[in-house]
Amino acid sequence: MITNMGPGTNNNPNQKNSLEVAKKCREHILRMTSWANSGHPGGSLSAIDMLVCLYVERMQVQAEMPKWEDRDRFIMSKGHASPGMYAILREMEFINDDDVRNFRQLGGVCQGHVDSKWAPGVDFSAGSLGMGLSFGIGCALAARMEKSLRTIFVMLGDGEIQEGQVWEAAMSASNFNLDNLKVFLDNNGIQNDDFCDNQMLMGNIEAKWKAFGWETKTIDGHCHDEIKKSITWLDSIKGKPAIVIAKTVKGKGVSFMENNPAFHGAAANPEQLEQALKEIYG
Amino acid sequence: MTLAAPRDGYGSALLKLAKNPKVVVLEADLGKSTKSCWFRKEHPERTFCVGISEQNMVLVAAGLASSGYIPFASTFAIFSERAFEQMRNGVCRPELNVHLCGSHGGMHTGEDGSSAQSVEDLAIFRSLPNMTVIHPADDLSAEELTIQLSEYPSPSYMRTTRNKVPRLYEDKIEELKIGKGVVHKKGDDVVIFACGIMVARSLEAAEKLSEEGIHATVIDMHTIKPLDEELVIAKAKLCGCAVTVEDHSVIGGLGGAISECLISKHPIPIENVGVKDKYGQSGKPEELMELMGLTVDDIIKCAKKSIKRRS
Repeated sequence: MITNMGPGTNNNPNQKNSLEVAKKCREHILRMTSWANSGHPGGSLSAIDMLVCLYVERMQVQAEMPKWEDRDRFIMSKGHASPGMYAILREMEFINDDDVRNFRQLGGVCQGHVDSKWAPGVDFSAGSLGMGLSFGIGCALAARMEKSLRTIFVMLGDGEIQEGQVWEAAMSASNFNLDNLKVFLDNNGIQNDDFCDNQMLMGNIEAKWKAFGWETKTIDGHCHDEIKKSITWLDSIKGKPAIVIAKTVKGKGVSFMENNPAFHGAAANPEQLEQALKEIYG
Repeated sequence: MTLAAPRDGYGSALLKLAKNPKVVVLEADLGKSTKSCWFRKEHPERTFCVGISEQNMVLVAAGLASSGYIPFASTFAIFSERAFEQMRNGVCRPELNVHLCGSHGGMHTGEDGSSAQSVEDLAIFRSLPNMTVIHPADDLSAEELTIQLSEYPSPSYMRTTRNKVPRLYEDKIEELKIGKGVVHKKGDDVVIFACGIMVARSLEAAEKLSEEGIHATVIDMHTIKPLDEELVIAKAKLCGCAVTVEDHSVIGGLGGAISECLISKHPIPIENVGVKDKYGQSGKPEELMELMGLTVDDIIKCAKKSIKRRS
């Protein structure tokens, strides 16, 4: 078996520029949801910059060997952000244009919510919020038992952390001192029905994670420099789990989607798609 | 007749499975009750106590399973229900071989009262695709079936019980196979399909029936899913009437499984011994069995009724 050499050994084989990849990913997100006339563009656009930086610069995964046992894991716990996941998997060549074209279509590998049984490169079957962090703990415990250097990355949504299981998991991760478990929180401030603050006042999110024994850091979740530095910071934390709270904008990059709860679970129509693509490539 | 607690069989099986380094154990503050504590004592490095967080436990187990481990997670049967959706979406749907054990199932749990008396666990877990559902009759079969689960290619739910019950598998252990019912008594007047602690009671009922010249077949349907349809249909054809017996709701458990099978494959009169869509209360196990209609006499009555309906 090929061994995971740990942080700092991603060789970015194609020398891809993360900003360019992010533009392309935004295009995939907008096109696939528009073609399907359904799906979740808002939370995909808020998460995509973190996904791009992780896959392009940090994660050790192999498209030609998606089930490589010692790969780094990426657990998209907010599984409705599947367009974001499929966009980066397309750019990393785990899936192809036809797969993306068949997003949400019968028989397509790009299921409505990310599903490990369908799409290569998907490590966790999500869709029901609140479960991914616990799954990540299981993966992290397994890696530790094997003395593997692989890292388990989890992405949570801010609405998602209203689920009680997230806090069961948060407590467990620090109980087990899991320093191979690294979390990004996509703090875009909007959930299905409305702005988070109108649904559930969550108070000081960073203080809550600290109180559960986590190392925390708040960043601008769209600034690639900050994201990349936060990845290095995550890798530097030993002895406890760590979380990056990424301040993001739902629908980022498309003026009429930005900070608009209507685009949590609604796609652009053909005219809106044209405008959105112009804005992305400005 | 030797008495032993089925939950002990789960605990001893884990100890025997420890030689496989991929076997890991998870607990949610009830290891002393489910008997996974025996494994924890010997193999703390492979035992993960997650505190009182059943939903978390199931997904942690799923993560371990996805990484090549064979997780055995346990709690009370009633609290396993709390993680139902986790089992559905996080375990069965992605086909991760997590083995969940719920101990202290059924009315027989007794004094703790209705909040602890799970009588719907078999029904809800049986409804999940890719799932295996097992309810052993004694400690020996609980041990053997747990050991078999470690190499069985599906997630599972096993219900064990707390109180000591008669050992039925001293000489029959080699007949046990997941998915195959075990015939404990042969007769052609009525077939009694039972599971869990009700197997011993069904055998007792069959003895009494034979004194009246009524000869019953008694089968331990330890695996409720996948159902041993071949055996169920064969015995239905032989006897022409049936009784299902379980310390579980009459809705959706063994009775439901047998009825669903026979209604389309070989319809015959079927009577159900089980909890009649109600909650229990505190009391001694035997008092509750009486109150809920789960006694030997109830089985006898249903057997006679089933025979009468046939003719």
